[in-house]
Order: sequence, then structure tokens, then C-alpha cells
Amino acid sequence: MSTNTSYLIRGAKPLGNEASDILVLDGKIAALGADAATHPGAAAATVIEAAGQIALPGLVDLHTHLREPGREDAETVETGTRAAALGGFTAVHAMANSNPVADTAGVVEQVWSLGKRSGWVDVRPVGAVTVGLAGTQMSEIGAMADSRAQVRVFSDDGICVFDPLLMRRALEYVKAFDGVVAQHAQEPRLTEGAQMNEGEVSAVLGLAGWPAVAEESIIARDVLLAEHVGSRLHICHVSTAGSVEIIRWAKSRGVNVTAEVTPHHLLLTDELVKSYDPVYKVNPPLRREADVMALRAGLADGTIDIIGTDHAPHPSEAKECEWAAAAMGMTGLETALSVVQHTMVETGMISWADFARITSTAPAAIGRVADQGRELAMGEPANITLVDAEARWIVDPFAMATKGRNSPFKGLELPGKVTSVFFHGHPTVLGGKLATPRVSGAF
Amino acid sequence: MKHLLSTLDLSRADAIRILDIAEEMAAVGTREVKKLPALRGRTVVNLFFEDSTRTRISFEAAAKRLSADVINFSAKGSSVSKGESLKDTAQTLQAIGADAVVIRHGASGAPARLAATDWIDAPVVNAGDGTHEHPTQALLDAFTLRTHWSALHGHTSLGSDLSGMRVAIVGDILHSRVARSNLWLLRTLGAEVTMVAPPTLLPHGSNVWPCTISYDLDATLASGTDAVMMLRVQGERMHDSYFPNTREYSRLWGFDDARLAALDARDTGETIIMHPGPMNRGLEISSAAADSPRSTVLAQVANGVAVRMAVLYLLLSGDQQRPAPSDATRPAGL
Repeated sequence: MSTNTSYLIRGAKPLGNEASDILVLDGKIAALGADAATHPGAAAATVIEAAGQIALPGLVDLHTHLREPGREDAETVETGTRAAALGGFTAVHAMANSNPVADTAGVVEQVWSLGKRSGWVDVRPVGAVTVGLAGTQMSEIGAMADSRAQVRVFSDDGICVFDPLLMRRALEYVKAFDGVVAQHAQEPRLTEGAQMNEGEVSAVLGLAGWPAVAEESIIARDVLLAEHVGSRLHICHVSTAGSVEIIRWAKSRGVNVTAEVTPHHLLLTDELVKSYDPVYKVNPPLRREADVMALRAGLADGTIDIIGTDHAPHPSEAKECEWAAAAMGMTGLETALSVVQHTMVETGMISWADFARITSTAPAAIGRVADQGRELAMGEPANITLVDAEARWIVDPFAMATKGRNSPFKGLELPGKVTSVFFHGHPTVLGGKLATPRVSGAF
Repeated sequence: MKHLLSTLDLSRADAIRILDIAEEMAAVGTREVKKLPALRGRTVVNLFFEDSTRTRISFEAAAKRLSADVINFSAKGSSVSKGESLKDTAQTLQAIGADAVVIRHGASGAPARLAATDWIDAPVVNAGDGTHEHPTQALLDAFTLRTHWSALHGHTSLGSDLSGMRVAIVGDILHSRVARSNLWLLRTLGAEVTMVAPPTLLPHGSNVWPCTISYDLDATLASGTDAVMMLRVQGERMHDSYFPNTREYSRLWGFDDARLAALDARDTGETIIMHPGPMNRGLEISSAAADSPRSTVLAQVANGVAVRMAVLYLLLSGDQQRPAPSDATRPAGL
């Protein structure tokens, strides 16, 4: 073993608990606490001083748009996964709305192998539910599940699987592969031409409204369908107070449903649209303050299971225009940790242990990523993110690794800096900067 | 005032200043030589991404009466139809040396984008953006209302507002930039506003607006109004299920002959009928109502030129150019 495969992380606080050294050896956690420094492998280890920092299991994003293949001007697997690593992630799920759509084994294997080649995080492709996201014919879900990409999450994200019969069939079919359908809940007729949340602000701005009921009615339908057929259902980017209530009700009935919220929906409201700056244009749209508070409460009480970034980079020309012409979406990989710390941890609503659950353990479980989201315990894969929770930084989209400059947090001061990330024992981030990618075997 | 983007952010003092200057501008329109030298050598660009001959010629007449050079840039046949962005168009106008940009755009907020970005430095006048606002229309409506209101009460209109006036705005509020701009300006000037429309044509969220909402035009007219502003309704809206058909719309929310007769039975012309044009005669307004002595439709058009002269004058030769002596609002050459 060469010296650079072992690392002794000194003084970090696992999940914010008492400080404990962590010895990383050959991709695994070899020892913790007092045993770490005395372990025979520690002698040659590179020491990482992390006194006072929080040690977390590497973050897992269930909802990332890497844009490749097809929109390499917006993002590539390489740039997107660099951003992910800097944001503290060790795995991301690449959404299927690429061009060509990830609706065949060929495309998901391409994305999977691009991820392997990049080596910054695990890239888990999401497979489309329907061919071309067209909502009419089921994709080859079995072929994608059995491919080298081992797809377990299926989603037409960006577009709702609206046909109730097709949705029912998809929910049933994925059971054969231990899969989950991740629904983009948006009633299409109620949101034709929709530009922003429908409410008091849209009434004044004269922008076509995206009503909460368009999300809530689909979620209500789908939790009942999931109950009826006994399938796993995941709801992408929940954005309204009513949706939280419906999911809470469904869980109380024992429906096998999980839900995600984005960092931006935990912090920003539709008041920002008054600027008509398309950096705030996103789907689902920014909602009211009451929705933000309900989402935070739902995340704290476990109704909402996970954070999903919905990282959606766009080239600048897609935002340097009038609101109606602008693309929907915001970047999020490099700000997610800080926004969640700011909105949930610093408000006292969750602990760092909860943070690890909603950003790592639970998303890994939903996506069936076996070697991610694990405990920080001996023998576990060394996917570890170190955070300086005391640090404060000003968001600068031009200093980010993503190609997208469309961060709605631009100029905000946020807490929490990712200092180091270990990806299967390999440091992808050191001193808050990208280190080197992990070289893995054949792809 | 650097731009005129909306009436929501227009102060009472600025609104009255515009109306007062417009009165002096209106006087110019009655002269044999309808021209002032105020903006000689300045270039005003009418940047119209949407067809609107009426608004464009009104702005053009206003700029020309102030001796400005006018460039009309219409999206049809321009590079916009070839896919040029708003940004590139704005930067092109900047390079050409536009001193003011009057913009009409189908997208709500497009003028605000021009004003907020560094694409162009010139003052921006919103000539109607999507379903957001049309501030000069609201100003010319307020000018028309103020003329009527002050005459009715025998006081001078200069410096006055619309306190106590009751205005009903009737029709497709949901899609109307005119309704929104009028609501904010009328409230700023002290008038009471009632919005009358089928519930489908009222925006979700308008329940918190500072106005009364009514679904019943007859009840609103019976309760007494000083002005009724009829909005244009597009017949195509019935295809989107906003109302069953144009006949039912007309019966319930159109200013038809029966409603005109009812009004005539109640007063002797104190209540005026307004319409921003272009009218759908027989749909939201009957010909008899449009052509009645109560109708201010043509006065509104004439006042539009005066109000737009005042706005261009204020933006191009007002605060930016001169320190403000007491009569700084008085146009040079009057």
C-alpha cells in the first residue's frame, strides 16, 4: 500500500457528536476514536487536521441534472460531478431528461461510464419511465435495471407521468426490479403556460400561475395508486404546504411513499419574482412563505424524507432574457449543504444526525445505493464529508465548478464550508478545493 | 424618475406632476403649430415586439411634438423574428445612441428587465408588457377622469387628484395590463375602484387587491359609479372555457343598450363610459354606448399623446438634466 491510500482524520465530530479520529484505509473506515491513531495502518497515513469540523457520510443526491449527453454546453458529467464533490456529495443520480433521453440501456450505460471515468462521485443514472419522456409508452425499464448502470430510480422528471393508467402500470412494473418511480407531480392542463406560483404575487405581476393544486392533485392520485398496487413511490421536489399534508396522511395509512424537497424551496419565496430576474424561475416554482415553513416542518418531522438538489444548470443565454422566454431551473450542488444548514440546522429544527439521514442515508436507501449513506463505523466504505460549520461564505456563481451560473443564492452569505470529501477512501476534495478524481477499474 | 415601468411604484407626487405637465402639453396639441423644441436632437426608439399601431403612433406623435427623432423598431421583419434576443436588441439600440426606449412586449416584465440590466442605459418607458402593466394608458385614463371630475365639481384640475371618485373596471381583468395599471394609479390618486368580471377572468390572488370585486355589472351600476371603464374581451377566450360564448358574455358583462338606457334614466351624463380601444362593438360595448355623449373614447386617445409627451419630457429633460428650481416641471418653451 502506498502512503496516499490511508488518511487519519483528526478531531472531527461524527454527526456533530464528540470528537473522534477516523482512520481511512484502502477505501474503508479502519478504525475510529482512540484506536485510530494506534492502528498499525495509521503510521503511514496522511494526517487531515479537522478539529471542530463535522464528519458526515458523503452526501447522496437523488435529483441531479448532468445534461450529458446532449446539452454539454450546460453541463457535462465531468463538470457536474466536480460541482457535486465540492458540495460534499459522493453520489448523484443523473436525471433522464438528456438528449437522447435516458430511456434505453445504452444511454444509461453511457452516463454510468462517463461517471466512472470522471471519478469524482458515483453517478447513478435515472431511467425514463416512458420512451422519450413522451408519456405514452413504457421505456425498457427491465433492460436499464439489468444493465451495468443497475438503474433503480425511474423518472420522467421535468414532465409528469400524467396518464393514470400508465402511472399505475409503471408503479407495478418496477416492483420486479426493486425500483421506484420518482414522480414530477404537475397536472399538465392546470399548468399550461405556467410561469410562477399562482397567488397574490402572480396576480400583480401578470405572470401565468402554477397553482398548488396542480401538484397536490397528482400527489393525491399517486399515493392512492401506490397504495392500491403496493409499490414504492417517490415524489420529486415537493413545494407546497398542501403536498406535505397529503404525504403525511399517506404515510399514516402506510403507503410506501417517500418525498424530497429542494434547498431552494426551503429558503426562497415567490416574492423574489417581483424582480422578473429569471434566475428565480424554476419548476415547481418558488412558493409562499407559508409553504416554505410547512416544507421545513415536514422535513423536520420526517414527512419529507430527503433533500434533492434538482441541480439544473443552464447556459447564461437561457437566463439573460425576458422571464417568459427563460429556462426553468437553478444550480444547487455547491450550495445545498449550506442552505440546509442555514434553514434547518441553525434554526434548531434538525440535528447533524438528521442532516446525515436526509442528505445521505435516506436518499441512498431510496436509490438502492448499497455502499453509500452508511454509518460512520468500522468496516464501512469511507464516503466521508468534512464540514467547517462555523465558516461563512458569500455565494459567487462564477467561482463554482458547475458550468451553470444560475444560482439564486448569488451574493448571499451562507454558513458551512465543505473542507474535505473522501470518496471510497479517496480524497476528491482537500482544503475546500478539488483534489484528484478516484481512478477505478474498467468501465 | 429614471424609468416608467409601472404605476404600482409611481408616487402620488410623480403621478400628479405627470398629469399637470400633460395639461400643458395638451394645450400644445390645440395650437396651429403642434411642436415644442424640448427634445431636439434626442432619439426616442419605439421598440414594439407586439403589434399595437394605436400605442405606437401615440408615442410617435408625442415624441415628434417634442422635436425628438423617432425610430420605430417593430419585431415584424426585424432580427427579432430571426431569433435575436432582447439583450442583443437592447445593446444594438444602445450602440445606435437611443436616448429613450419605449417598449411594448408580450412578456410581462420585459421592460423591467431592460431597466434592471446593463444592456442599455437609456430610460425605459413601458408601453404595455404582457398581462402586467400599461402605465401610460392608466395615466391617460387618469387624465381623462381628472378633467371630468374637476369640471363636474367646478375646481381646477391642476394639482388635484381623484379623491372620492368611484370607478368601475369591467371585463377581462385577468389578462388586462390596463386594469392592473389603472387599479394602482386610481388608488394612489384617491379613487375607489370596483372590478367587475366573471370569476374566471379575475386573477387568483386578486381578492387582496385594494378594490371591491363584483360579478354583477347591473348591481355595480345601480350602486352608483362616476366612470365605467370597459375592457376589451377577446372572443377566443371562450375556447379556453373562460365563458360559454360571446352572447352570454355580452348579456352579463357587456355595456349594452339596456344598461345605457338604465344609466340615462338615472343621471344626466355625470357617469362617463371609457374604453382603452380597440373596441369590440357589440361584445363588451354596444355602438350606442361607444358613440354616446358619455363616451370618452376619443378624448382618451387625444389625452394619450399629451400624457406621453409629459412622460418623455420628464424622463429625457427633467431631473437628470437640470437642478430643480420651483418651476422645474414647467417645460421649456411653453
